[in-house]
Amino acid sequence: MDFGDSPAETAFRRRLREWLGTNNPGLPASSTDDAYWAGQARWHRSLYDAGFFGMSWPKEIGGQGLPSVYEVIVDEELAAAGAPPRPSVGYLVQGILEHGNDDIKQRFLPGIVNGRDRWCQGFSEPDAGSDLASLLTRAERDGDDYVINGRKIWTSYSDDADWCLLLARTDPLVAKHRGLSVFALPMRQPGVEQRPLRMINGITKEFGEVLFDGARVPAGNMIGKPGEGWALAMTIVSHEREPGELGYVARYKKVVKELTRRVRSEPSRFGPEQVRDLGWAIVEAEMLRLHVCRRLSDRLDGISHGPEGSVDKLLMTYAEQAVGHAALAIGGAAHDGGDDTGLKVYLYSRAQSVMGGTSQIQRNLVARRILGMPS
Amino acid sequence: MDVRLSPEQQALRDSAARVVGELGPRTVAQLDDAARAARLEAAVAAAGWREVRTAGDDGMPCASAVEAAIVAEELGRGLADAAFLGPTLAAELRRLAGVPTSTSIETVALVPGLGALAAGSGGRLSEAAVAIDAAGSRSALVLVRAGEGCHVAEVALPDAQVRVDLTRPSVALDSRLTVATLGQKARMLSGEDLERWTALGLALTCADLVGAMRGALELAREYASVRRQFGVAVGSFQAVQHMLADAFVAMEGSRSVALHAAWAVGALSPHDALAAAAVAKAYCARAARSVCETAIQVHGGIGNTWDCLAHVYLRRALLSSDVLGGAGPSLTRVLEHHGIQGAS
Repeated sequence: MDFGDSPAETAFRRRLREWLGTNNPGLPASSTDDAYWAGQARWHRSLYDAGFFGMSWPKEIGGQGLPSVYEVIVDEELAAAGAPPRPSVGYLVQGILEHGNDDIKQRFLPGIVNGRDRWCQGFSEPDAGSDLASLLTRAERDGDDYVINGRKIWTSYSDDADWCLLLARTDPLVAKHRGLSVFALPMRQPGVEQRPLRMINGITKEFGEVLFDGARVPAGNMIGKPGEGWALAMTIVSHEREPGELGYVARYKKVVKELTRRVRSEPSRFGPEQVRDLGWAIVEAEMLRLHVCRRLSDRLDGISHGPEGSVDKLLMTYAEQAVGHAALAIGGAAHDGGDDTGLKVYLYSRAQSVMGGTSQIQRNLVARRILGMPS
Repeated sequence: MDVRLSPEQQALRDSAARVVGELGPRTVAQLDDAARAARLEAAVAAAGWREVRTAGDDGMPCASAVEAAIVAEELGRGLADAAFLGPTLAAELRRLAGVPTSTSIETVALVPGLGALAAGSGGRLSEAAVAIDAAGSRSALVLVRAGEGCHVAEVALPDAQVRVDLTRPSVALDSRLTVATLGQKARMLSGEDLERWTALGLALTCADLVGAMRGALELAREYASVRRQFGVAVGSFQAVQHMLADAFVAMEGSRSVALHAAWAVGALSPHDALAAAAVAKAYCARAARSVCETAIQVHGGIGNTWDCLAHVYLRRALLSSDVLGGAGPSLTRVLEHHGIQGAS
């Protein structure tokens, strides 16, 4: 039982720290500033080119083929340097690795890992949120293509995306979970219309609405078999629930570090209630880092993804929302028109208990699938 | 980094779980079964768990704080009414002072709120004190300040009494009681020694809290599966399910910080070990109260009766929380470690 670095891990950490000393792009946070997205692709490629991205993924697709615990080291060092977190594409990689055939893996995974191709995930619809399997977007066979008609919403980074991992109904006649399939759909084509959504903190890049009106996707771009869409979607959301996959620890630690610096520099400005909120944010962010260490160590036993992902998602949500409360307490609500970063961090944090499956859905899964409560 | 338990650590956990499972109290009535309690006490003594922090030939502890925490967690889970926390902390004080291991069971005495080790001066206790986890102990260790450092001293104990925690009796000590320093050869304890000792105490109480949370949650889960209302098990109601899910999640987060705190005692500097312990204690103390309250609520009216074990878990958690500081004092420590003073 050892939370410390092995000699190889120490060497890696030192190399990464030195590299960050001269390669930190100093981007604003993605959660509070749309300007982040202008620099994200370059940041992704820069991390990748230096060998600091995809630490635990197979070498064949551009990963580093190392144990998952290296992801924690990357997150810790990014946070310590105040650098942007690593781009969150792990769930796409894991979904395609588990369900795609060799052709699909070879065509798409290297571009996702090296940052050449930008992807979004087309799952939720206006009438299919928590009840995802009831989605209505249709994919109908037409020669060598499928033709897509429907509407997706809460599609992260859709307006930057070259590709969409699209979940659509290929068979309307079977039970709702069984008639779904997944496609790699090219976004830059006439049948795709983008409508950015403005989040409650004002940013517009995080979420979009996408309308598909006769968009086409080659049948060879189906990932998995026809009808395998639900299983693939569940693989993806289970990875999407894992803080180790998402790298959010770095995001939380970065905010906490900045808030701590502010309180330390002007302690008399802050009362005990504000400082307590900061204290809990420090505790929650550190808890999440350590929890990720434990989960990633468990993977050394080959433990696969099950309902424990819901536990991780809830812990991640508590951490993000504790950090959000501290950001509001220390940063203030900017009533005077001053710096409103703290307010934006706080407002953004409210989405964490909804995106990737609401906290209520996660509690259902923990109660039924881990605690064995009757349904 | 690999934070999995080693095969030896897993074996230790299994053996502690087996002893407590066989001999620990499974009902409130069994707390009064003296013959059972004596068998558990004999088993704990024979296992040598109370000696894991005694000094080996090189002055280092026989086993790391991780091993001690593994035992503490299983004892907490099974509501073990045999002393462990107090004697382990006393053994650590003797080891740090370089004095021989006590031949009989002894514990430590804390200030009345339990937030720190009690101190004496001029041959007497400086103020009233409480000897914790005092079952079977005839003496308790305290500090005597001397210039830059501290000596370890002992105070004789009258019989212990059951108070808040029904599984670990304590002794209230009058400030007039005399204290005697431990031999001529005893080393002075430095500030760093006391930081390390405090980190161990916090890590062990965190482990005990994780154990109590596991036990309380299992009790509540079992009850929710068998208790029927409106013709169905109450565990089928989403309102009950979500309470239990929240409790489980709080326990899992606690486990991660508690494990790290135990590792940090031997692996990090005293200062950083104490910081890790403070993060863990703040988190675990807050979580444990909430989880034990959930266990009582899920039991409904039954949960508010003396004969339901749920309150025994809560009571145990209240003691472990207060020992060396609960959520509030620990949060203050966390903030101080980040350079923010005077938070209360």
